[in-house]
Amino acid sequence: MAKKIEKQLSLPFKNAFQMSLRSLKIRFGRSVIVTMSILLGIAFLMSVFSTNAFTRALIEKGPETIRVSLQYNQEELHTRSIWLVSLSLLVCVVGIVNAMLMSVTERSREIGTMKCLGALDRFVMELFLLESLAHGLLGSIVGSVIGVLIMSIVFLIQYGGALLSIFPAGALLRYSVISIILGTALAVIGALYPAYVSARMEPAEAMRREV
Amino acid sequence: MPKEAIVRTIGLKKTYMLGKIPLPVLKGIDLEILKGEYISIMGPSGSGKTTLFNMIGGLDKPTEGKVYIDEVDVAQLDAYELAWLRCRKIGYIFQTFNLIPVMTALKNIMLPMIFAGLSTDEAMEKARQLLMTVGLGERIHHKPFELSGGQQQRVAIARALANDPAIILADEPTGNLDLRTGKEIIQLLKQMNREKKVSVITATHDLKMLDVSDRVIWVRDGLVERVEDRANLDIKVGEVEGEEGG
Repeated sequence: MAKKIEKQLSLPFKNAFQMSLRSLKIRFGRSVIVTMSILLGIAFLMSVFSTNAFTRALIEKGPETIRVSLQYNQEELHTRSIWLVSLSLLVCVVGIVNAMLMSVTERSREIGTMKCLGALDRFVMELFLLESLAHGLLGSIVGSVIGVLIMSIVFLIQYGGALLSIFPAGALLRYSVISIILGTALAVIGALYPAYVSARMEPAEAMRREV
Repeated sequence: MPKEAIVRTIGLKKTYMLGKIPLPVLKGIDLEILKGEYISIMGPSGSGKTTLFNMIGGLDKPTEGKVYIDEVDVAQLDAYELAWLRCRKIGYIFQTFNLIPVMTALKNIMLPMIFAGLSTDEAMEKARQLLMTVGLGERIHHKPFELSGGQQQRVAIARALANDPAIILADEPTGNLDLRTGKEIIQLLKQMNREKKVSVITATHDLKMLDVSDRVIWVRDGLVERVEDRANLDIKVGEVEGEEGG
């Protein structure tokens, strides 16, 4: 007696990608704000990393006078930089999770509507995670560059041309990669929970939920 | 041949929890809606109309009782089958239109077809036709906020029809519209009901809806108060208690 009910097809990844890209483009202002929060966190993190790299380069290869004064402070600097890194990471995580939480909650009704139209939970998740990935990637790349730039200027002003010959490019690059991976991962992790909750909700509930 | 039931509910109950206090909204609803019927579920605010609507549409889970859509028990479906059902069998229309704000009218209508696995070209062609049908042929590239309420609801109707569903569920489709626009939307729904043989189920307290309904189901305090046929309605339209004519 039962009529045929088929299973909904999973959409190819391409669709989710196109849709999240379009959403990013159209919600440009909103995207910029989310990206900024990641950017700032990563820029801060990267500036701490850069300070570390520059100081180490100066201690190892810098002119005698600078080396002595820095070595004197090295012990203190080390503990302070650990503090700073942890703090900046914390700021970064809170900022990212908050931004993601808001953008998902804000679109709860949209999620509900999409589910009414036949979107699978997986598709909704993909959509948000991809958007978040894009925010995270862009924010942390730009953030890293800004962090390095600012600290380079600060150190150049403070120690002058001596720094140029011993510029720790390798160390900075390594730190940048770490920061970018970290920033992107945090952005995705931050979106994971709110996206999961929204995608799992019954459509009626998602549409009822007021922000 | 007797007409087949497209929607059937048996002892449908829904209880929401307000903190620790259970709040029964639906207290046991038995309904049978036939293929091709135009049904209005009427009742005052808070009577459980929208909750009933959500249950029939598979948008929420009942606390007790069963919902059958086309003789299939909705509770037995897994997530994939439920998504398929929402995509192909049912078209939804909401009071607040619920168009995706970042998409144009055309893209909004294409969305359910994309979910159904149609190619972009096929979906676009059909979406164009649907926009023509609802009388918005020239507005295809407008975003929802560039359209009036009535136009948005027309887009929503076109979107609901995208995958040729068997049922259109409309929750207060005229609730946010003025009198005239509301009438136009009701006419459009009736026209679709007639031309495409799609069953239309509306939850509403708009009395304009009475004129076009085959049957009216009156809901009060989570129970079906009475079911009236069109024939009996004509006499009663003038004397509906406690309601104001639109």
